[in-house]
Amino acid sequence: MTSADPAWQLFEQRFGAMRRARRTETLLIFVILGLLFAVSAVWTDFSPGRVLEGVPRIGEYFDKLFSIQPSQSAQPEAVLAWSHLFGGVKEPQSIAYWFYRFNVYAALLWQTIQMAILATVLGYCAAFALAFSAARTLTANRGVVFVTRRMLELMRTIPQVVLAFIFVWPFGIGPLAGILAIAIHTAGSLGKLFSELNENADLRPVEGIRSAGGSWLAQMRYGVVPQMLPGFLSYGLLRFEINVRSSTIIGFVGAGGIGQELKRVIGFNIYEEVSAICILILLIVVAIDLLSERVRHRLIGALV
Amino acid sequence: MSASVAHLLPRPSASRVVLRWVLGFGAFAYFVYLLWLFDFDRIFTGLPKLWVIVRLMIDWSRFAEWDHAELIRSMVETVAMAFLGTFLAVIIALPLSFLGARNIVPSWVFRFLTRRIFDGCRGLDQFIWALVFVRAVGLGPIAGILAIMVAETGVLAKLFAEAIENIDTKQVDGIRSTGASRIAELRYGVVPQILPVLISQALYSIESNSREATILGLVGAGGIGLRLSERIQINAWDQVAYVIVLILITVATIDTISRWLRLRLIGGPSRRS
Repeated sequence: MTSADPAWQLFEQRFGAMRRARRTETLLIFVILGLLFAVSAVWTDFSPGRVLEGVPRIGEYFDKLFSIQPSQSAQPEAVLAWSHLFGGVKEPQSIAYWFYRFNVYAALLWQTIQMAILATVLGYCAAFALAFSAARTLTANRGVVFVTRRMLELMRTIPQVVLAFIFVWPFGIGPLAGILAIAIHTAGSLGKLFSELNENADLRPVEGIRSAGGSWLAQMRYGVVPQMLPGFLSYGLLRFEINVRSSTIIGFVGAGGIGQELKRVIGFNIYEEVSAICILILLIVVAIDLLSERVRHRLIGALV
Repeated sequence: MSASVAHLLPRPSASRVVLRWVLGFGAFAYFVYLLWLFDFDRIFTGLPKLWVIVRLMIDWSRFAEWDHAELIRSMVETVAMAFLGTFLAVIIALPLSFLGARNIVPSWVFRFLTRRIFDGCRGLDQFIWALVFVRAVGLGPIAGILAIMVAETGVLAKLFAEAIENIDTKQVDGIRSTGASRIAELRYGVVPQILPVLISQALYSIESNSREATILGLVGAGGIGLRLSERIQINAWDQVAYVIVLILITVATIDTISRWLRLRLIGGPSRRS
C-alpha cells in the first residue's frame, strides 16, 4: 500500500478530520474551564498574590501549632525533643507535657464515638422503616413512593451542621442536638441506599409469600429482608465511619463532642492543644475506618 | 412453617441461641444506656419549641424586605469556592497520585509516605481545615478554598492512585514497545485509561464540595454559611428557611448539571453517588 492508494488517502483524510474534531473539543473544554476558573477567582477575590502572601502566615501558624512556650518569658521551642520525649507531665518537650489533658480529650472522644453510635443506630432504624415504601418494585402506590422519596431527599440535603445549629435552640446545647442532626442525615442517605438495594431484590420469594397469603409486611419481612441484610449492615457500618467524622465537627455549633473543645482551644489560641486534639481526631478516625473495614469484610463473608 | 418440614431445617445449637440472646440483650441495654446518657427525654420538652421554630420558618410574609442580593451573592461565592477548591485539588492530586501508585513508583517506603500524607489530608474534616486556615490567612473565601483544596487533594489522590493501579498494562507495554519515553508512556498509556474515573470523580467532588462549602461560612471561611449563622443567631427563622431553600435549589441545580456533563463526557452512570 502506498500513499497514492485512494483508500489510504481516504483513511488519512478521515483520521485527520477526527483528530481535528477531538482537538477542538478538548481545546473548547479547557477554554470553558479556564473561564470558569477566572470568574470564580474574581468572585472570591482569589489571586496568586493573595495566596502567596498567605503562605508564610500558614507556615507561621503551623509552626506555632507545633511549638510550646513553657513560661511567659521563655522562647518558644519545639513541642517535642528527643532528650525529653518520655519525661513526665511537668517536663516541657515530652509527650506527656504535650498531651497533659489527655484524660479530658479521651473522655470527649469517647463521647464523640458514642454520639456517632447512637446517631447511626437511630438513623439506621428510620432508614430501615422508610426503605420499603421508597422502593418502586415493592410498593404499588406511586404516591407513597413519591412522598417517601422526597422526604428522604430533604433529610439528606440539609447540611447536618446547619440542622444541629437549629436544633441547639429547642433541644439545648449539648450532644442531643448533634445526635438528632446526624441521625436525620443518616436516615436520609441510608434510606436512599437501602431503597436502591430493595429495588434490586429478587422478587420470587416475595411472590411465593404473597401466593401463600402473606401480608405486605410478611412479604417484606420474610421475602426481602433476608436477602438484603448483609448489604444493609455493610452500608450501616460505612455510615458509622462517616458519622464519627461528622460528630468530631458537630460540636462547633455547640452540639457536643470533641469539636466543642477544639473550637475553644482554637479560639483561645492554645496552639499546642490544637495540634494535640487534631492528632487524636486523626488517629481515632483512621483507627475506626480500619476497624470497620475489617468488620465489614468479615460480615459480608459470614452472611453471604 | 408446618410441623412436618420444621425438622428438615438446620437448627442452631443451644449455646448459639443463648449467645444470640445475650448479645441481643446487651446491645439493647447499651442502646437504652446511650439514650439515658444523652438526656433523650429532652426531646419531649424540645419538640414543642421546635414546632414554634418551624411555624416561624414557614411564615414568608416579609419576603420583600430580605436582602436577596447579598444572599444570592454569597450563594454564588459558595459555588465558586467549591469549584476553585476542587479544581486546584485535581491539579495537585493528579501528579501526587502517580507517586502513590504501586505500578508507577516501586519504592515501598516512598509510596507508604505519600499514602500517609493523603490520609492526613483526608482524615481531618474540611471544616477543621477551614478553622485552621481562617486563623492562618484571615476571614474570607480564601480560607475556605484552601480548606476544600487540602481535604479534597487527599481524597482525590487516593482514588486516582487506586485507578492507576487498576489500569490494563497492555496499553502501556504497547507504547513502551514503540520506544516511547517514560512521559509518553504515562501520557498515552495511563492517562487515557484513568480519564473517565478522573472526570467522574472531579464532577462528583464539585457536587459534594458545594454542599460542604455551605457550612464553611459558619467559621468565617466565606460563602453562604456566614449569612446563615448570622440569621440563626438573631432568630430570623423565616430567613433561615429561605437560605436553606436557596441551598437546596443550588445543590439540586449543580447535581443536575454534573449528571448531564457526566453522561455527555463519559457516557455512563456515576461511580459514587
